[in-house]
Amino acid sequence: MPRRALALIGLAAWIGLLAATPWIADNYTVRVAITIAMFSAMALSWNFIGGFTGYPSFSTAAFFGIGCYVGALAQRNGVPMVLAWTLATVSVALFAAALGAIILRLKGHYFAIGSIAVVEVVRLIVSSWGSVTGGGDGLNVPLLQGSPDWVAAKVLYVMLAIMLAAFAATVLVDRGRLGFGLRCINQNEDAADMVGIDTTRFKIAAYALSALFCGTVGAVYASWVGYIDPTDSFSILLTVKVPVMALLGGAGTVFGPVVGAGVFVLLEEFFWANFLEWNRAILGGIIVFLIFFLPGGILRLDYRRLLRRTLRQRETGQKSPEAAE
Amino acid sequence: MDILQIFVNGIVLGALYACIAVGFSLVWGVLNVINMLHGSFIILGGYLTFFAWFYLGLNPILVLPAVALLLYILGFALQYLFINKVVTAPVLTTLTLTFGLDMILYNLMTVYFTATPRRVTLDLGSIDLAGIVMPVDRLLGMGLALLLTALLYLVMRGSTIGRAIVAVRMDRQAAALMGIRVNRIYAVTFGIGALMAGAAGAVFAMVFPVTTNLTGVFLGKAFVICVIGGLGSVPGALVGGLALGVIESFAGFYLGPQHAITVGFLLMLILLVVRPTGLVGVKGYE
Repeated sequence: MPRRALALIGLAAWIGLLAATPWIADNYTVRVAITIAMFSAMALSWNFIGGFTGYPSFSTAAFFGIGCYVGALAQRNGVPMVLAWTLATVSVALFAAALGAIILRLKGHYFAIGSIAVVEVVRLIVSSWGSVTGGGDGLNVPLLQGSPDWVAAKVLYVMLAIMLAAFAATVLVDRGRLGFGLRCINQNEDAADMVGIDTTRFKIAAYALSALFCGTVGAVYASWVGYIDPTDSFSILLTVKVPVMALLGGAGTVFGPVVGAGVFVLLEEFFWANFLEWNRAILGGIIVFLIFFLPGGILRLDYRRLLRRTLRQRETGQKSPEAAE
Repeated sequence: MDILQIFVNGIVLGALYACIAVGFSLVWGVLNVINMLHGSFIILGGYLTFFAWFYLGLNPILVLPAVALLLYILGFALQYLFINKVVTAPVLTTLTLTFGLDMILYNLMTVYFTATPRRVTLDLGSIDLAGIVMPVDRLLGMGLALLLTALLYLVMRGSTIGRAIVAVRMDRQAAALMGIRVNRIYAVTFGIGALMAGAAGAVFAMVFPVTTNLTGVFLGKAFVICVIGGLGSVPGALVGGLALGVIESFAGFYLGPQHAITVGFLLMLILLVVRPTGLVGVKGYE
């Protein structure tokens, strides 16, 4: 219990720090803070299907991209901004529920491939349906009114609110029936079915939850940058980056995705700034490192054992020269 | 355009597709790993062939075996050093790992080779047979692709190493008990997958321009073909490749080229749900 309280205090401090950036730092830092909040929300979302349920979903970019386009199209047709964001959220959740009913029947490798294919199909449809989506030329989205500082602060608070909502949903699911059922499915789907868990409904709920916040984030992102195009909205890099963030922090944990997204975005910013040409290779290197040395994520590391081991090594290191004498 | 012409175009394209997918299918079937590096292997093979032809003036067909061997060594090393360590982990881990390795390889290629589209120009003219026109270099590419696929089939059926790979695919534990070094076979299989990718890239560079921007496109084709044809068998990849080639060719003509790829992916999604074993659903490898 005190550990959990400590983690909550840490999270509050982290969100407080992100929220304070418009007053204490320059615009670049605010932009980083927005990115962190955005990816935290998406990593938390992915955690429902990928972490709790253990389904290797790579469809994040499809949800994000559809959110971008629904939000942008609604705003261009005169729908007020906040209503457009809501519309994007609802339609992405419905899309995911309908899609989930079909592809959640697949397992393992087939599900992974299917979920990647969904991103490709949606991207191709959006880029060839030029009359509605503008095709490869992309779409302009009405700009937010106000000075750049004010716009950045506004976007930041909206993103932070989405991140908090995703976190609250995670806590609720984690403690509730749904989370219990999802963990059962993760361990053994047939056994979960046998003991009376409606696996299909649970999985669809997890999939829709994993899409919902991505849709909102996409719509807000579109309003923020003011221009969207298919390659940017449905990028395959995004679809892998988000699971990697959750894995980095610890998939299936409550705080893991937030930690992972924060660490990943900060590392990425650092490498973009210092090694522009090699940034992709360095990100690849981080992934390889993560798989081999942090397979359970940062939060799953047993720090006490690590400490004990280094202490013991130091002891034996001191002893061995004596033994040699 | 004549329907026969569209069909022949599709078959020629499909033979190349089969060659692209067969290595990917082998790795997926035997190792149970979705190899995200496959697209980059193909481009690497294509680039190496181009450089040997452009700077050293070598005949691309003679270069092909050397490129394939290089890719085999690269694939073997990657599997032996990295992927073997997590080969039994869930798909999320292995897919993410190969994606990470792919980001490194992709970055190396864009920095050292740049993303300029490159093509080996053979200038062989074209032939006209009963109203069907076909450039000779494409026919050559189709011939080479079919030859390579047939060679792999013979190796899998006839050679000791091929039988060992099939045995590991059927039952890993039993194969180990029969004295097969499973980890070695995994590395050899991944090496062969890379080899086939490199060879396919070399053939592709003689027919179409290759660039690093195409890695994702090739990978996507491999996904689709594996699902259409069925996993982990040479005939499956051949049927899947030819089917995709013909479907894309007709869809491109009747619906417009921008929809050709979409149709392929949609077909794949439908097949995934309706018939995940593919059109040629076999359990073992051959």
